[in-house]
Amino acid sequence: MRWIWIDKFVQFTPKISAVAMKNVSLAEDYLHDLYPAFPIMPNCLIIEGMAQTAGILVGEARDFSEKVILAKIGKAKFHRLVRPGDTIYHFARIEQLSETGASVSGVVRAGPDESSPAVAEIELMFSHIDKNMSGAAFPEENFVFTEQFKELLKTHRGGGDIPL
Amino acid sequence: MGMSREEIYAKVQQVLVDALGVDAEEVTPKATLREDLGAESIDFLDIVFRLEKAFTTDPAKPFKIPRGELFPDDLGALVNDERYLKDGKITAEGIAELKKRMPFSDFTEFDKNPSMDSAQSLLNVDTIVNYMQSKVG
Repeated sequence: MRWIWIDKFVQFTPKISAVAMKNVSLAEDYLHDLYPAFPIMPNCLIIEGMAQTAGILVGEARDFSEKVILAKIGKAKFHRLVRPGDTIYHFARIEQLSETGASVSGVVRAGPDESSPAVAEIELMFSHIDKNMSGAAFPEENFVFTEQFKELLKTHRGGGDIPL
Repeated sequence: MGMSREEIYAKVQQVLVDALGVDAEEVTPKATLREDLGAESIDFLDIVFRLEKAFTTDPAKPFKIPRGELFPDDLGALVNDERYLKDGKITAEGIAELKKRMPFSDFTEFDKNPSMDSAQSLLNVDTIVNYMQSKVG
């Protein structure tokens, strides 16, 4: 299984906001592990989906030159369960962006519109780690934004329509 | 008209309650950020972001805190420099450097016993309030 918790971007406004969707399928292994016979998507993985949506938004704002690390979950409030067959939408908005990091407010919704019912409200803070670890050295290579994650952004930019 | 120290204090207190998950009563003027309120390195960036948000009155002109102005960000390098820290003690040159970089801190207690431990007292709630007062007071 791959550690990707969003399927594609449906909206991407650089440096401002992004919306990514995820289809939740009963074929996914993790659904069977939390409560046997009662498959729901664990809240921590919903947070991870938001972190990936927001992390790519924050990374793109600096052309993926920074190593963007999820530093803090300021708030995570859940309003409804996510079950197999659901499609969830991660709405992420940059509140602040600086040389050292970014803060993002997010709402996970049960549909593609701003008015769709809220599944969760999540506030995240990201650190540009090279700028925050006084003296600590990290590898030159950007281990956060691997090709796997950059490919995700192409799902929006490429339109996703491949003619037969 | 600028804000009063009481108004600034109330906003700073709320920022620290939100950023550090502490109770409002714990946020006293002399409470140190690291030891008393449990702030860790990443919390300082969070506090800066929240202060910027709390003190922005006009979204068209967001209030910004320049990097290193409120919390000096390369003190780690300072500790590794023999000119500033020798045999576990902060040198006269080190003290001068700290005072230069932390103009909003109260050095009264620190001056009595200039050690690494007492350096903790330099970053307390009042330090933030002093800084904010210089900006919006």
